[in-house]
Amino acid sequence: MLGLTKKDFSLLMLVVALTMLAPFILNPFPEGSAMAQFNAGYPDLMQRFVIFGIFAIGFNILFGLTGYLSFGHAAFLGVGSYAAIWMMKLLTTNIIPAMVLAVIIAGLFSLIVGYISLRRSGIYFSILTLAFAQMSFAMAYSVLTPLTGGETGLQLRNTDARILESAPDGGGISRANLFGLEMTSSYELTLGAWEFTFNVGYYIAAIVMLLAFYLSIRIFRSPFGMMLRAIKSNNTRMNYTGLNAKPYTLAAFVISGMYAGLAGGLMVAMDTQVGPERMFWTASGEVVLMTILGGAGTLIGPVLGAGMIKYMENIISKINETILHQWFAFMPDGIEDLMVTMVYPFIGKGWHLTLGLIFMGVVIFLPGGLVEGGQRIARLFGKGKAADAKDTQSTPAE
Amino acid sequence: MSNSRFTRRGLLKTSAIAGAGLAAPTIFTAGSAAAHTNEPTGDTVTLGFNVPQSGPYADEGGDQLRAYKLAVEHLNGEGDGGMLNTFTSKALQGNGIMGKKVQYVTGDTQTKSDAARASAKSMIEKDGAVMVTGGSSSGVAVAVQALCQEAGIIFMSGLTHSNDTTGKDRKANGFRHFFNSYMSGAALAPVLANAYGTDRKAYHLTADYNWGYTTEEAVRTSTEAMGWETVETVLTPLTATDFSAYIAPVLQSGADVLVLNHYGGNMVNSLTNAVQFGLRDLEVNGKKFEIVVPLYSELMARGAGENVKGIFGSQNWDWKLENQLGARYTGTNAFVQSFGEKYGFPPSQAAHTGYVQALLYADAVERAGSFNPCAVGEALKDFEFDGMGNGPTLYRGADHQCFKDVVVVKGKEDPENEFDLVEIVEVTPVDQVMYAPDHPQMGGAEATLGSCNAGA
Amino acid sequence: MDAILLQILNGLDKGSAYALIALGLTLIFGTLGVVNFAHGALFMIGAFCAVTLSRIFSMSYTVIDETQTDFLGNPLKVDVPYIYDIFGQAAGEAIIDWSVPLSILFAIPVMILIGVIMERGLIKHFYKRPHADQILVTFGLAIVLQEIIKYFYGANPIPTPAPAAFAGSFDFGALVGFDPQTIIYPYWRLVYFGFAALIIGAVFAFLQFTTFGMVVRAGMADRETVGLLGINIDKRFTIMFGIAAAVAGLAGVMYTPINSPNYHMGMDFLVLSFVVVVVGGMGSLPGAVLAGFLLGILESFASMAIVLETLPGLNQIIIYLVAIIILLTRPRGLMGRKGVMEE
Repeated sequence: MLGLTKKDFSLLMLVVALTMLAPFILNPFPEGSAMAQFNAGYPDLMQRFVIFGIFAIGFNILFGLTGYLSFGHAAFLGVGSYAAIWMMKLLTTNIIPAMVLAVIIAGLFSLIVGYISLRRSGIYFSILTLAFAQMSFAMAYSVLTPLTGGETGLQLRNTDARILESAPDGGGISRANLFGLEMTSSYELTLGAWEFTFNVGYYIAAIVMLLAFYLSIRIFRSPFGMMLRAIKSNNTRMNYTGLNAKPYTLAAFVISGMYAGLAGGLMVAMDTQVGPERMFWTASGEVVLMTILGGAGTLIGPVLGAGMIKYMENIISKINETILHQWFAFMPDGIEDLMVTMVYPFIGKGWHLTLGLIFMGVVIFLPGGLVEGGQRIARLFGKGKAADAKDTQSTPAE
Repeated sequence: MSNSRFTRRGLLKTSAIAGAGLAAPTIFTAGSAAAHTNEPTGDTVTLGFNVPQSGPYADEGGDQLRAYKLAVEHLNGEGDGGMLNTFTSKALQGNGIMGKKVQYVTGDTQTKSDAARASAKSMIEKDGAVMVTGGSSSGVAVAVQALCQEAGIIFMSGLTHSNDTTGKDRKANGFRHFFNSYMSGAALAPVLANAYGTDRKAYHLTADYNWGYTTEEAVRTSTEAMGWETVETVLTPLTATDFSAYIAPVLQSGADVLVLNHYGGNMVNSLTNAVQFGLRDLEVNGKKFEIVVPLYSELMARGAGENVKGIFGSQNWDWKLENQLGARYTGTNAFVQSFGEKYGFPPSQAAHTGYVQALLYADAVERAGSFNPCAVGEALKDFEFDGMGNGPTLYRGADHQCFKDVVVVKGKEDPENEFDLVEIVEVTPVDQVMYAPDHPQMGGAEATLGSCNAGA
Repeated sequence: MDAILLQILNGLDKGSAYALIALGLTLIFGTLGVVNFAHGALFMIGAFCAVTLSRIFSMSYTVIDETQTDFLGNPLKVDVPYIYDIFGQAAGEAIIDWSVPLSILFAIPVMILIGVIMERGLIKHFYKRPHADQILVTFGLAIVLQEIIKYFYGANPIPTPAPAAFAGSFDFGALVGFDPQTIIYPYWRLVYFGFAALIIGAVFAFLQFTTFGMVVRAGMADRETVGLLGINIDKRFTIMFGIAAAVAGLAGVMYTPINSPNYHMGMDFLVLSFVVVVVGGMGSLPGAVLAGFLLGILESFASMAIVLETLPGLNQIIIYLVAIIILLTRPRGLMGRKGVMEE
């Protein structure tokens, strides 16, 4: 169906189900309970999950298939974001033109960077991409301030003169929308103690991610994808057979750059603000980590990795001492304090420590990333149907 | 928990389109139309404390968080009440805010605008915070302020010194208690002229981003007005760690004052490097070479150690104010007392501004009789108060900036302990640091607050 | 002329820091074939060895001085370091003053130990794993090490001054015949430069003139053949890892008086040191050193006001720009070997 094999189709359906039901799945704990802290089903985080999912899916097309490790992908995300916000400032707050322009500009920029960087391979390629990204960051932060807003970045203002629409009445700021449907609008559903939020922006981003995911399956399974894999497994042999690998790798580079631009455009669509640190090398490093953490070269892995890192960043960092005391309140005083003291270094301001330990744990015990974890669990529980589908579909990392 | 979210505004429109498809199975909560975003309906109210907990400003953020916790205690009537006893407005009773017990959530800004916005959004969307406060950089303050404007809640900024926060990027829902670059320049210039004379040649090293630009402009304009000459201004990358290549040429420029428009790690490193190069032992043009750091903080002074001795700079507040300059700065000792009792060391200016902002917000709610951000904004507008440690203070309505005396300090030559790093040189009275809301350094006539947004 | 000389001096100084870090990184990255993202963390730990030692020396007991009061009006507590009681006040003060140089003795065993534990406990299992896995595990390790330091020392920089004898600066210009006060240079930076030269020389001599070094070099070139000859190359690689960690750590120790150390200083240097190593060429120790000095000097020149007036912002991007130009004109960096990490 949809030009996919049965197995790929069921994986796609699984992802469709997961993203569409995310508001339920991510809010498993009743509102006001002690565990509600772990709920992730609020619009901003759900949007981030799918946006960084798109970013990682795109990165995986380059890294997972060709093995070329780009260390500068955040630059394309940042360029896409700047393009989108300028479109919203100058043309219209409708998100469609913004996203289209984001993809185009990121594509062009990645074409230039890719054309130059792909003259080298291995670590030399990585450093070239890193150099371009760091230069973009440094210039956006300083000399390009008139264009990028510098440190404080760009945001929509009520003084923006848009060609296609007039300023809203009463000095308010117009918001990002899709033909009048605002990204921030939500529908809320209360079921007993549970509360679920269905956000327009999230669903739009989720649909875009599903399209991106579908496209990535098609690329993985296409002759083009096979060619990219051949480049990874033995580039020299490819050359001897008379094939020039460069157009293929460049195409993969540009496609993944456009994915990054799309993610950048969506970020602006969901939250109309851009700052330059979106392009800093740590941001490029983050997408590398997301992909490896989830499982490089697998279809679903990068999305899982992105979700994992964003969850840690947004949920674990917000747990503070007061909340710990609430959790352990049922224990006798002495033991409560002991528990709080023991857990405290790993939460709140110590969330980086937990993240570092997870990186190490995953790579030591699950060499194929989180996907391998899923596979192991699936094997453990025998041949459950969904698990089976997931198992056979993910391609191993190496 | 409250059922209302800041997305209420778009709700009707959405439900018209999406509602049909989603056939709501149970209670549709929009019936209880809230007056504004996150209106507290239960017997508690939630505030969001969004401070850097990782990255270079983590310690400053930690100090701010301590102050916020103290403010919550005092608002809820626990502890000794701190500045509630000295504050001229007596609306707060120590029974929470409008009888609702104050709760708080914390988040990590990482000193990155994206992370700060993500954290603030989760406070608004998930935890139902009715006000967000905190932060340690202007990039973050401007980003979060814009977010709060959009979401329809109040933002009480933390440590942000760039003119832009209440200048070209000012917002109706955002309020700043901390001082800014312009005030630093205006306060420092007369003191510098006094100490170093009016015939000086200054060399500026400026961090290459918005805050650096505004600070350099402010200091340059006000020192030039005093008769100083600016020999050269050089921009340094934010990511620089070794400033030797920028410091060394100062010697050959003929300048006799070096102004370091740097903050945080940049300032600690550039000052350390400048002292290493022996600049302070020099005599140029027959005068002793001097170094100036426009914005000072206690933590930076601690990081720079010995090197900071005798260096002039400005601060928003210092814990010794009341002891040294008398009852005009009442409130200082009350705050230092309760902070010191609880944590064992005196508070930093970042802690002070956070504490004051939390109290000012709570007081404004009480006086307005409502949590509605528009009503709160109205109550804060042109509000005059005293007893918060800075002397008589005005929250100006035109740009939501606080106007108060500016403290000029210098690194103490002979510190008694590790918290006693700066000595107060002089306090520049508020009249000298006043400016018009449409001052060119503040975004000119174009800068506007916009209209307040209550979100509903 | 004197301005140019000054920037060359600055560049040599900055370059020696880059070269030292890149040297250690190349020993691991270019020879053992491991992408070690934790190398910056090793540099940072070295710096905190100096902080720790000076804290140990300054460990004190408290005496309550009734004649003075603290900020809350309570009697002042005065700290007296134990070391005063052991060696007397004058000698004690001198030891505290010299804590940074003394830290070298402290840091060498500590860093070698950390390096060996890292290699045996973690890195050893990753020689045959893809580079991606090496990145993830060493990055995770770097974060964990950083957070541990942050937990104990906080996030604020900690001033760690050089001994008073080296604190000042001297008039270098007058020495070589320029006008006085045009070229002034801090003593400690010259010490740092000399120290870096010494360490670099020692590492080269060790690899060049000892049997051990010869075996390691042979192992770098062709690990399998050396293994087939019956030589236990693994053990030697472990020792090399320890040495690389020590080089990074010493670079950190000596760097503390130049910039106050903080917990994320390793990350600040990490990316730059990778650029230096790659520009120098993978697997080449002289390349790493050469690239370190080259980039240091170019960065210094780009910081000159006269350059910035014509090309604003050049100081922001110079290192990356030069890296791109070099990598495009010389495929394997300045002195890289063919086939090392080119896949």
